[in-house]
Amino acid sequence: MPGSPLRLGIDVGGTNTDAVLMDGDRVLAWHKVATGEDITGSIVAAAGAVLRQGNADGAEVFAVMLGTTQFTNAVIERRRLNRVAVIRLAAPATTAVPPMSDWPSDLLEVVGQDCYLLHGGLEFDGREISALDENEIRAAARDIRAKGIGAIALTSVFSPLDGYMETRAAAILQNELPEATITLSHRIGRIGLLERENAAILNGALTSLADRVLGAFDRAILDLGLKAPLFISQNDGTLMTAAHAARYPVLTFASGPTNSIRGAAILSGLDDALVVDIGGTTTDIGLLLGGFPREAAMTVEVGGVRTNFRMPDLLAVGLGGGSLVRDSGDSIGPDSVGFELERRALVMGGDSLTMSDIAVASGLMEFGDRAKVEHIDFADIALETAGEIVEVALDQVRPNAASLPVILVGGGAPLLSGDSIGGGEIMRPEYGQVANAIGASIAMVSGECDRIFSLDEMTREDAVASAKARAASQAQEAGAEPESIRIVEMDEVPLSYRPGNTTRLRVKAVGDLAGASVKIDAGAG
Amino acid sequence: MIEIGLSDLDDIALGATFLGTGGGGDPYIATLMTRRAITENGPVQMLMPEELDDDALVIACGNLGAPTVAIEKIMGADQPAAAVLALEKHLGRQADALIAFEAGGSNSMMPIYIAAMLGRPIVDADGMGRAFPELQMVTFSVYGASSAPFALASEHGDTTILEIDDDARAEYIARGIAIRMGARSAMASYPMDGKTVQRVAVPFTTTLCQAIGANLRESRAGNQDPFDELIDMLAMTHYGHAKVLISGTVTDLMRDTEGGYAVGKVIISNPEEPSLEIQFQNEFLRARQGGELRAIVPDLVCILDSEMAQPITTERLRYGQRVTVMAVSAPPIMRTDKALAVFGPKAFGLLDDFVPVEDLD
Repeated sequence: MPGSPLRLGIDVGGTNTDAVLMDGDRVLAWHKVATGEDITGSIVAAAGAVLRQGNADGAEVFAVMLGTTQFTNAVIERRRLNRVAVIRLAAPATTAVPPMSDWPSDLLEVVGQDCYLLHGGLEFDGREISALDENEIRAAARDIRAKGIGAIALTSVFSPLDGYMETRAAAILQNELPEATITLSHRIGRIGLLERENAAILNGALTSLADRVLGAFDRAILDLGLKAPLFISQNDGTLMTAAHAARYPVLTFASGPTNSIRGAAILSGLDDALVVDIGGTTTDIGLLLGGFPREAAMTVEVGGVRTNFRMPDLLAVGLGGGSLVRDSGDSIGPDSVGFELERRALVMGGDSLTMSDIAVASGLMEFGDRAKVEHIDFADIALETAGEIVEVALDQVRPNAASLPVILVGGGAPLLSGDSIGGGEIMRPEYGQVANAIGASIAMVSGECDRIFSLDEMTREDAVASAKARAASQAQEAGAEPESIRIVEMDEVPLSYRPGNTTRLRVKAVGDLAGASVKIDAGAG
Repeated sequence: MIEIGLSDLDDIALGATFLGTGGGGDPYIATLMTRRAITENGPVQMLMPEELDDDALVIACGNLGAPTVAIEKIMGADQPAAAVLALEKHLGRQADALIAFEAGGSNSMMPIYIAAMLGRPIVDADGMGRAFPELQMVTFSVYGASSAPFALASEHGDTTILEIDDDARAEYIARGIAIRMGARSAMASYPMDGKTVQRVAVPFTTTLCQAIGANLRESRAGNQDPFDELIDMLAMTHYGHAKVLISGTVTDLMRDTEGGYAVGKVIISNPEEPSLEIQFQNEFLRARQGGELRAIVPDLVCILDSEMAQPITTERLRYGQRVTVMAVSAPPIMRTDKALAVFGPKAFGLLDDFVPVEDLD
């Protein structure tokens, strides 16, 4: 970026908060602190340190990019969630499976089960299943007010094709309930009614937490004296504005692993590679294709709820610094001492033999008291076992028989020794331990189009062109520099069992963040 | 007569995915529907085919539409039963039992749902013994039962009755109507008497789904070899012969779409033997190894993941998956010359003659 090239990348994880100061793709400084109860304080500590190390003035920072697991963890732990009223526009269709039919009961206890299945919804070809009934919606609004629920999740059948019915219903609801926060499903999910509705409900349940967490982020920016806009990482490795994240916190799910894959890409300079991120409890393996993580094709469960977010296709195996080692190194994990590593590892005076002890014993890592692991004579065997675990997992992520380089990142990277694995060269980039903060700092903005086209009314070329144009304009709305926008993905699914030609096109466009005039409220309908 | 209750549904769905042989649609939504219907209305009675009176009225039921629409526009609660009620009204008689078109995939669950809603029994049998891509590929049609009269219903309660002599033409016209109904219709067809069902249906396929599902679940829980256990179990059924064709890794995968079907082939390899090649069109149709035929439709070719023995559908196949391929002999009623003419290799454009899987090695 001409003029003011500095970017601040921050990763607020459950255990650590990392910050990096970047000049373009170059790392000027990095710092890691433990994430405390006071998120603002943790961010200020980490980011303040990199600004000092880099001798940078807050005013020189052009943008702040932040990735966080706060919202994913809240859903998994069933903590800090609020009640949600659920409205589905679909009747008389879909009544066979009401909303939240398959939710875990402990989550229902927190989020409630206040569901309204009302008239509305679209057919696959855009016809209305039934017309919106304004009186019905007003009656629901009165009921929601009487129950004192402040968050609403609104879903209409086939809204990813056209969201107008959700938008109209939201306007009626907002008129009745000016204080309510309304999540529109077509803003966050794709085709797949139950999964998209689930995502909208989870988003609604994160409403008050999002206020608090985004508030804490804002205060940190203020305390650091930064004038730059704050962006938040999404699950697909692109950015959204802080204002958008406050309304759609659910879009941060899985942004951590995505950022580490993207960070690995920038650190290695590769566009196509396998990325191995070794942490404390697990090793996450992802695939980098054309500079972006490959997405999962199917449903992904978050905290026991089926969703269909754009999420990286990750394989997690139980190998990390805290993994327990047994059978003289022949068996590792999948159980781990987790965050208790600093108390329970042998080198820390604990009683558990972990992979970190193996790494210290073989001189790959330095921490704790090495004398406590000197008696271990099977470190090589354990490291070999770790290599085998990763090799088997890599085979399942690899897209075809061709060998790909392997980029190794994460705090546990030393656990994998050697120069190559599964026929691919191992790269150990500098700063790999803060790959996710780096990934956050270099993220781009994106736009997507996912709709069904009838090829009886237009040529396939026209349909593809129309889908690409729509994705590009969505990217521009989200803040992308128009000249930098390019199409990175296109999926076509011809609809079986239908005469004539009907096809579903999903196109994704990405672009660099526009430097001069960032539209702060982009996309936050 | 036995009962199907809540605790049976997950096993039936798992077994139906196995019998789906890669196709048939994910039974997830149908299972959620049925769980709710049984919770509200109680368990469903299931009759063995021989328990039917000779003149009992049996109606086949299920749904018709596009799988892509199925995941978005779920059916109305009363819609599946509405097609059965429309057909009953047209016939001037209430059905004594309901039967599935298709034991594989999501249509395996629909008669159980409708039975729970209407308080009717189902018959432990179906018309495919597995999954097939088209509605006239049923043993009902093979052995002379007619799809007419054929009822369709939308979520609005709109219904239509088709009186068409030719089953393939009926399926074609019904699909056209299904699209106008939003590509998600309930259907009820092949009204048959009890004596006919005993002659033309593939028997005991719901209990088979349940037994397969239970077998897989128990071997997972008990750390037994799920494939050995399943082979032993199937040996005691009318499907009879089952074997593992290969255990290995997916080393190549070619997909295409032709005429609305997901077509392609998948290669599974291990270092000890020649690779196995499986050809698919929605369902897995043929397995060949080193140029030799190992199994072919209508015998069943199933791909399961090697660790959990979870059946894998064609759209979920991925390069590098560790899988075990099983072949299972279809029951005798699906292997006659008449049956092979409707859903044998030639019906799918394959040039091979049908050879029973137990004769191939």
